Amino acid sequence: MFITVTLSLLEGFLGTIKLFGLTLIFALPLGLIISFGSMSKIAFIRYPVKFLIWIIRGTPLLLQLLIIYYGPGIVFSNNIWGSGEGGRFIAALVAFVINYACYFSEIYRGGIQSIPIGQYEAGDVLGMTKTQIFFKVILLQVVKRIVPPMSNEIITLVKDTSLARVIAVYEIIWNGQTFIKSAGIIWPLFYTGVFYLIFSGGLTLLFRYIEKKLDFFR
Amino acid sequence: MIVLEVSNIRKNFENTEVLKDISFELAQGEALSIIGSSGSGKTTLLRCLNFLEKPDGGKIKVNGKLLYDGDDHTRFSEEEIRERRLNFGLVFQSFNLFPQYTALENVTMAPLLAAKEGKKGERDSAIIENGKALLDKMGLSDRMDNYPHQLSGGQQQRVAIARALALNPNILCFDEPTSALDPELTGEVLKVIKELSIEKTTMIIVTHEMAFARDVADKVIFMDEGVIVEQGDAREVIENPKEERTRQFLSRYSEG
Ligand SMILES: Nc1ncnc2c1ncn2[C@@H]1O[C@H](COP(=O)(O)OP(=O)(O)O)[C@@H](O)[C@H]1O
Ligand SMILES: [Mg+2]
Repeated sequence: MFITVTLSLLEGFLGTIKLFGLTLIFALPLGLIISFGSMSKIAFIRYPVKFLIWIIRGTPLLLQLLIIYYGPGIVFSNNIWGSGEGGRFIAALVAFVINYACYFSEIYRGGIQSIPIGQYEAGDVLGMTKTQIFFKVILLQVVKRIVPPMSNEIITLVKDTSLARVIAVYEIIWNGQTFIKSAGIIWPLFYTGVFYLIFSGGLTLLFRYIEKKLDFFR
Repeated sequence: MIVLEVSNIRKNFENTEVLKDISFELAQGEALSIIGSSGSGKTTLLRCLNFLEKPDGGKIKVNGKLLYDGDDHTRFSEEEIRERRLNFGLVFQSFNLFPQYTALENVTMAPLLAAKEGKKGERDSAIIENGKALLDKMGLSDRMDNYPHQLSGGQQQRVAIARALALNPNILCFDEPTSALDPELTGEVLKVIKELSIEKTTMIIVTHEMAFARDVADKVIFMDEGVIVEQGDAREVIENPKEERTRQFLSRYSEG
């Protein structure tokens, strides 16, 4: 039984990891674009972007998942996500990417805006180009400042992936729960917790290592 | 020989005129001190010279070359501004060293980047040797590999001075270089500035250190509310001010 459960949970965990990894791959760069939008000098860009961030951060991810999955079908009476498991996964991914990109964008914005203007001006008077200033002077300082809030957010994402089950995307808890009905046992649910703990523990160590690496300056 | 000619510089922020008709000259090897109470426009003037701020009128000439002309409305490209501002160096009140680079890297970074772009014929090794020599001159030969947070304020400011010198500016500007320092650290910074003046570095020093301005500077400008109230020989202006406003300002410093 233990082997059967382990295999089933591993399979579910693969779904969890896939959603986690793909969300990061798309949301990290998209968040940067959104943060530039939210800092834009052009009000026509800045206000809509800030409005979007407000909506996404002010409502539950669960609600966003449901609206993104069911919304298009009801409004256009046509399920744009395609049928079956694949379609549901894509809908979940889109919801996660939008949600996390907005959270990341606020972290980026905080990091970028926390760099004193004097750093840019020092680069300016030394005759450096804007590009040189950004990549040689600003970027690493921003990275140092955003690693702690980013690590929090990314570890939250590990656990948030379980929300995808509301639109029947298979992930580890889904698989663990099936054993309650099929075999009348509860321990596989505790076992899923172990997967989460190991994975988020590994991430915590990784982020701690990165923070240490950036400890050589203030 | 006249290095810098500033004529009729004006600058507004929103509706307040922060610089009104500022004109002065600076000769090769001269040290000029700018004094005046806070808010009188000293920083803004230095920022205009360094193209961090765009004046609203007037002219700036360096070595006879017109760098800024308020009557000429063609916009400069980023490249042109970079080239022009390299006539000046600026040492900030708050140092603004780059925290993730060592003292030596702070000093050599901009010249190395310029060399990479092919702007200077210098070899990298020559730039690094020059950086080391400058830090040595600042009394920091044993601090070259330290990061800014490992240095005292006075040491950081001396690194910042070396960093500005590394680009060989025609005119080196200091904006209250000791105002952010603990009193016991101001001396070491003033000492290196004094050495630079003995070597005939052309400098503009905004400072509240009146004794330093009197003894080290050749000329002094007293600014108040965006105008030059009085300018002339440093010792003359500070010891025998002609204008009532200068006298009032200086009397606040003579008590201590
Ligand atoms: N970026 C700015 N925007 C608006 N007002 C400014 C700005 N920078 C300076 N000022 C104003 O200009 C005046 C002169 O400032 P500043 O040049 O910093 O004086 P100082 O260096 O002599 O203390 C002050 O009244 C200040 O409030
Ligand atoms: Mg000032």
